[in-house]
Amino acid sequence: MLRYVVRRLLLVVPILLGLSILVFVWVRALPGSPISSLLGERATPALVAQYRERYGYNEPVYKQYVKQLRSWSRADFGTSIATHREVKDEIKQRFPATAELTVAALIFAVAIGVPLGFFAAKKHGRLFDHASLFISLIGVSIPVFFLAIILKYIFAVRLGWLPTVGRIDVLIETKHPTNFYVLDAIITGDWHALWDVLKHLILPAVALGSIPLAIVTRITRAAVLDVQNEDYVRTARAKGLPPLTVDRRHVLRNALLPISTIIGLQAGLLLSGAVLTETVFAFPGLGSWLRDAIFNRDYPVIQGGILFVAFLFVMVNLIVDISYAIINPRIRYS
Amino acid sequence: MRGIVLKTGFITAACAAVLLVTLGLGGSSSARPTLIYAGAADPTYLDPGLVSDGESFRVTEAIMEGLVYLKPGTTQLRPRLATKWATSSDGKTWTFWLRRGVKFHDGTTFASGAVCYNFNRWYNWSGPFQDASATYYYQAIYGGFKHNDVSGLGPPLFRSCAKKGKYKVVIKLNRKSGTFLPSLVISSFAMQSPKALAQYGADEGELRNGSFVPTGSYAFQHPTGTGPFKFKSWTVGEKVELVRNNSYWGNKAKLGRLIIRPIGTTTGRLQALQNGEVNAYDLAAPQDVATIKGNSSLKVITRAPFNVAYVTIHQGTGSPMNDLKVRQAVAYGLNRQQVVDSFYFGAGKLADEFIPPSLPGWSSKVQKYPYNPNKAKQLLNSSSCHVPCHVDFWYPTNVSRPYMPDPARNFQAFQASLEASGFSVTPHSAPWRPTYVAKVNDGTAGDLNLIGWSGDYGDPDNFVGTFFKSFSAQFGFQNPAIFNILTKAANETSVTKRIALYKKANEMIMKYLPGVPYAHSNSFIGAQKRVHGMVATPVGGTWFQGATVG
Repeated sequence: MLRYVVRRLLLVVPILLGLSILVFVWVRALPGSPISSLLGERATPALVAQYRERYGYNEPVYKQYVKQLRSWSRADFGTSIATHREVKDEIKQRFPATAELTVAALIFAVAIGVPLGFFAAKKHGRLFDHASLFISLIGVSIPVFFLAIILKYIFAVRLGWLPTVGRIDVLIETKHPTNFYVLDAIITGDWHALWDVLKHLILPAVALGSIPLAIVTRITRAAVLDVQNEDYVRTARAKGLPPLTVDRRHVLRNALLPISTIIGLQAGLLLSGAVLTETVFAFPGLGSWLRDAIFNRDYPVIQGGILFVAFLFVMVNLIVDISYAIINPRIRYS
Repeated sequence: MRGIVLKTGFITAACAAVLLVTLGLGGSSSARPTLIYAGAADPTYLDPGLVSDGESFRVTEAIMEGLVYLKPGTTQLRPRLATKWATSSDGKTWTFWLRRGVKFHDGTTFASGAVCYNFNRWYNWSGPFQDASATYYYQAIYGGFKHNDVSGLGPPLFRSCAKKGKYKVVIKLNRKSGTFLPSLVISSFAMQSPKALAQYGADEGELRNGSFVPTGSYAFQHPTGTGPFKFKSWTVGEKVELVRNNSYWGNKAKLGRLIIRPIGTTTGRLQALQNGEVNAYDLAAPQDVATIKGNSSLKVITRAPFNVAYVTIHQGTGSPMNDLKVRQAVAYGLNRQQVVDSFYFGAGKLADEFIPPSLPGWSSKVQKYPYNPNKAKQLLNSSSCHVPCHVDFWYPTNVSRPYMPDPARNFQAFQASLEASGFSVTPHSAPWRPTYVAKVNDGTAGDLNLIGWSGDYGDPDNFVGTFFKSFSAQFGFQNPAIFNILTKAANETSVTKRIALYKKANEMIMKYLPGVPYAHSNSFIGAQKRVHGMVATPVGGTWFQGATVG
């Protein structure tokens, strides 16, 4: 097992190196240059030339890459052109918002998707099954940003039940020791703030979780259908165990194996989905930050942000792989 | 089997955990009303000397004050921390008499020492502070520093500041300048507490990967001025909170708290207003104005235009545009009114000259060029470029500017009207950044191109002086008469004489036609009707001192 984990960890190194090359090349393939972006449209050609020299943009590309890689390996992603703040600090500031939103979306997808898929399988071929299929298709088909706008319009603008923007009511004065607002409200025992933070999470989490919800529902349904015809399930039923016990102990537990894998993968995908959701809800996380950076051609943020999100994605997948190996020993030997 | 459930539970928990622990992260004033105001982004930082963006200035203008200011809602210069001023006959010595009884938010007294401390601070900036990303406005107005560490900087305008008693200072300049006084309204030149600047490391900073970063805490946690609001806190991505300055020397703010929050999209800001999450928001999209007006509890506050969209007419060797009659034909052949009516959502005004009407120096007597295709054809046939006169016309893509919301449609309408006026137009386009602007600036964007300008401060030199005070590759013309009058106007220290010079210059420019201005556009604030006393200033700011929420 240890060897498997070490092997998987070692594989992360070339993956991250490959990613760094891709990001480095991609940013330089964009029209313009970081220097023209840095100096703005009123910069003279002489000033641009001076900056190119000063910051090493006239050096060969491979030297620039090595230099950049050294910085990245020290977690030095540079300084934002737009905000003049260190990218690392911005990540620290904004990552908790995205993490909370992602976890909330995941909870929404699992809490609704698993029961929905389970009962769809139990009612296989009946109205409930067809309805769940329909809901799943809708969930997968509607673009996240469109769903976000619709949800916001109905539940915030028209009905006024939920807020439209941000993480917390700006009039609430509460401490943020960790920047994870849900956690902060619990730590400080500020239940009013907790309720407000949760209210701010509902619409973005539903919008962001709609696609994972559909996928989790379909995977759960398929897994339950598979498992419930297994010999051991039939045996359990033949022994006279109550149906609820059979479902809980034998069907659902075994069906959770593929479900857990898909949940892990969705957790990574949610990070990229957060770009649109956070923009619509002005949620101050990594997603809206990256979106602004792309519009502003804020190259250090684009590079640092993408690398960080990619790193998270790789780490989530690594954990999924290792966990899966723990659950299913055959994985280690394949 | 129980083990498998535990293990699968572990996967879910682990996925959540990696999100939460990666890289070790995680780490009222009274019964007076609170106003929540939405801008488009966070401030850069809150030391106005080191920023040049409107989001930062919105906050610093509420906290800090300059020696002079613009009367709210106008571009008229008025005394503020200085009660009066005088200039010497050679225009190089300025004496300011200072307001008494003014205190900074940290309790220290505002007096002549503070004024000289601020001027000397700017003048003595060195190293990374001389980077273009740090001191844009200082460099734009004052040219250079005491010791220029960065190549390309010019000789400094400022020479010295001397205290003449507690409430009088004498500032000496190295050369005559008419822009010195008007430029003092820019928030970058606001007075800040010397004690706080020193205590919180305001003059500590460095360049990181080409971008200036203050390393002291002043610009993030301790901005200290004399204004009607005091800084309380700043949570990046969420809000800047200001509270009423109960010791303010003038009319005290009616608000107890002013909260400025960033909401990046215009739709997001509109919906936050509709949902009551903000009391007002800036930079409302022109297309949302009707929606706001249609809501019985909301209103629109209009900010007078402070920009200009224009068509560059590029002259140069062998260019048909060297002929005045061809330039006049272009002016008559552009259906500017139609463009303004069609593509500005009611926010545009026809521009007949290069400065907006709110600025001193705007003239009602400039030559006008109403759309007249027949006259354009007549002019062409009597010129060196007969009908059909071929022109290359450039426009930008992937951009929407405040003065030019839809460049492609502007171009299409102009192309049609020019072709009906005897021109044969070859269209060219390029992405705004980096290609288009560079081509316009170096004079390679055809005979005609669409471009514009948003003003930085309330002085005509910031418009016509920027365009026409000397030769520029963009326009490609040499006209010593125009260059001279604009240089003279920029150096003139008598307000009356300056205004007369700029009026004359505008009239000369519109006769000579180095370009054709076509639109000034308003910008808008959306607000609840219960918000009163808030004033939109033409230069882009918002005046909160008299604001209240009923």
